[in-house]
Amino acid sequence: MSNYQSLNRLEIAYLVAQHFEDGAVVNLGIGMPTQVSNYLPKDKEILLHSENGILGMGRNAEGDEVDWDLINASRTPITLVPGASICEHTTAFAMMRGGHLDYSVLGGFQVAANGDLANWMTIEPNAIAAIGGAMDLAIGAKSVIVTMDHVAKDGSPKLLEQCTYPLTGIGVVKHVYTDLAIVAVKAGEFIVRALLDGLSFDELQSKTGAPLRRAENMSVIKRGADGQLSF
Amino acid sequence: MLNKIKASLEDAIAPIQDGASIIVSGFGEAGVPYELMNAIIDKDLKELVIIANNAGTFDRGIAAMIRQGRVRKVICSHPRPPNSEAFAEAYKAGKIELECMPQGTLAERLRAAGAGLGPFFTPTGYGTLIAEGKEQRVIDGKGYILEQPLSGDFALIKADKGDRWGNLTYRFAQRQFGPVMSMAGKHTIVQVREIVELGTLDPQYIMTPGIFVDAVVQTGASK
Repeated sequence: MSNYQSLNRLEIAYLVAQHFEDGAVVNLGIGMPTQVSNYLPKDKEILLHSENGILGMGRNAEGDEVDWDLINASRTPITLVPGASICEHTTAFAMMRGGHLDYSVLGGFQVAANGDLANWMTIEPNAIAAIGGAMDLAIGAKSVIVTMDHVAKDGSPKLLEQCTYPLTGIGVVKHVYTDLAIVAVKAGEFIVRALLDGLSFDELQSKTGAPLRRAENMSVIKRGADGQLSF
Repeated sequence: MLNKIKASLEDAIAPIQDGASIIVSGFGEAGVPYELMNAIIDKDLKELVIIANNAGTFDRGIAAMIRQGRVRKVICSHPRPPNSEAFAEAYKAGKIELECMPQGTLAERLRAAGAGLGPFFTPTGYGTLIAEGKEQRVIDGKGYILEQPLSGDFALIKADKGDRWGNLTYRFAQRQFGPVMSMAGKHTIVQVREIVELGTLDPQYIMTPGIFVDAVVQTGASK
């Protein structure tokens, strides 16, 4: 039996933040993806987009900076970076649908090996539909990254051959960051790019609802003594 | 003389009748015309159709109208942000209808109506549940669904400054749906923090030209 400690949400956010290249324009979805902004590398200029018409979002506002006319998609007061711009809604969504956004980071209920994403509605009776910006973000960004737990609360896999929940977008997901692994989605396959230290590949496979393939240069996600992650 | 300024909230919303479809601006707490909605609540209007990004939060604005049974249907993109129990309870009790669509599609449907366009093809939602019952087409290898223009009998907008011609500016992320919803309303009613003299707003930075606005009422800084 292997011995590992799943990544917590902040650790997943840290790993996603290392994904972007200098100059990338990124939208961070509501929920877990919002945390990514706290870990963006200081030596890169990464421009954050918010669906409510903000390009160049800064850190969360504190104290006197709080202005309720200046919030992000999660309704949290924020600051702007120098060079930021404000636009109206159709322009904010043209940035997505028009393919101008480099990355979109979204939460997920399920991801399929063909890149399908389900994250807007469960199939429980009385479930209320809630789409928000998710469908536009899913089809618009050049690269879609999903952050989610590797398995659902009941232990069932969330990485599947086919999604069972209603789809948000078809064939859109390129990368999945879970609490156990970093998985690329390519040509109908899940390819494990990095695996959590102490977890065996077979064990990860047993928690996944579709075949996994090892990347040629698959790495191990390690925690240093200070808690710092490396992979 | 062209003067769209109304003396009171009551005057501003006077044309709204039972059964009206009403577009309401706002995203989060920014740009929400609470004072105009309070005036609607005071007027005891019923059977309203609300078109907005959300379906109201806490017990204010749209949520307050839902609690009081004034709303027949909500057309929106995200009816369950945190603190949206008013809608959830009414929906689960079968007291309210929901039409839910992607946020970019909502914005673009409003724009199409305001800009005099017909239906348009969008890739958003292709292959998903929301494509059901709509024309789907693959153009140059990319899938699209046909979406219809969406207008409202009225639009309620919150802006920062306005003049008697209806020219508007917005503060920061208060802008979002304001410009496109102003266009999509057949009768657009705006609450502003401050009414300024004609000619005060810099023509280069007016965000909604007054042609899209029918009524302006000053509320001062609101919370």
